[in-house]
Amino acid sequence: MPRTLTTWLLIAAAAAIAVLPVLIGAGDHLREPFPGADAEAEEAVQRIDPGYEPWFTPLYEAPSSEIESGLFALQAAIGAGVIGYCLGVLRTRRRLGRPAVDAAPSGAAPAPGAGPEAERGGPAR
Amino acid sequence: MHIAEGFLPWQHAAAWTAAAAPFVAHGIRTMTLAVRADPDSKLLLGASGAFCFVLSALKIPSITGSCSHPTGVGLGAVLFRPPVMAALGTVTLLFQALLLAHGGLTTLGANVFSMAVVGPWAAYGTYRAVRALTRSLPETTALGLAVFFASALASVSAYTVTSLQLALAHPDPADGFLGAFAAFAAVFSLTQIPLAVIEGLVTVVVVRLLSTVGRDDLRRLGVLRSPDPAPAAAHRTDEKAG
Repeated sequence: MPRTLTTWLLIAAAAAIAVLPVLIGAGDHLREPFPGADAEAEEAVQRIDPGYEPWFTPLYEAPSSEIESGLFALQAAIGAGVIGYCLGVLRTRRRLGRPAVDAAPSGAAPAPGAGPEAERGGPAR
Repeated sequence: MHIAEGFLPWQHAAAWTAAAAPFVAHGIRTMTLAVRADPDSKLLLGASGAFCFVLSALKIPSITGSCSHPTGVGLGAVLFRPPVMAALGTVTLLFQALLLAHGGLTTLGANVFSMAVVGPWAAYGTYRAVRALTRSLPETTALGLAVFFASALASVSAYTVTSLQLALAHPDPADGFLGAFAAFAAVFSLTQIPLAVIEGLVTVVVVRLLSTVGRDDLRRLGVLRSPDPAPAAAHRTDEKAG
């Protein structure tokens, strides 16, 4: 199987697993479908240990869920940005033929004819 | 796997902080030494930390009807060994505790222990085991399988440790520690299973991308095996990198 196709299939599988619970209505039996597991654990603590009083509160709590979701998006954006930057730098380095540690001296020029799996001698999966 | 602020009695909070602190200190030291020894590794270190940042921000629905998030610690644990992830995971947890009121400062030690210590070690142990078992398979397949199981198991084990921590702190009045553990594991570990599969798949995708564009870096880190007596055609184009 071509390497690129396998990668796309992996992404599709991950997306399908994420979407499936919503499609089959896995949260329908709940009053509020799809709550966060972390919040559910807080409720479980209150249920198992009703006398327990949290003795410390967060220093800063986003004043609304809108702001909180924005901060979550910010977290993901920072992470995705850094990953994109790293992949970009690596790819550029490789394309410019930066002397690599163990690259073979001959045949270093791109050989589009060679299949992506030529070196491994086997399909990706 | 975030235990909310104040939800562990102070004795437990202190104990978990004391347990996690040496791992984090060692992790920061290891990371400093690694960067000094090989400045080029900064790029992939950044990517590992960033991966943890992205994945732990994504809340994904699960078949149990609730939402949870992956941990993203598998990538760094496989690339740089677990101590480094103790440091990078702590950064992520601190960001969420301070800005998102997700987790907390009093529970930071416990959360670091589950996500940034146990998770990465579970990943690394699994990675080594699967690598040893799949020696005869083609390199891309073997690496993919090892990374998949490593990151999926890291995810589940982090959430299971959280359930243990909560059960130790809040044992069930009737059924004791085990009863409470069953209740918390039903919330965390079961929800996490499909997410762990997603986390495994996504980590494999990133490793596949890295092993195309950063093949030499992965070889230097010992993640990709160098092809024994390197054939001349080893250098291939990465135009097709998916």
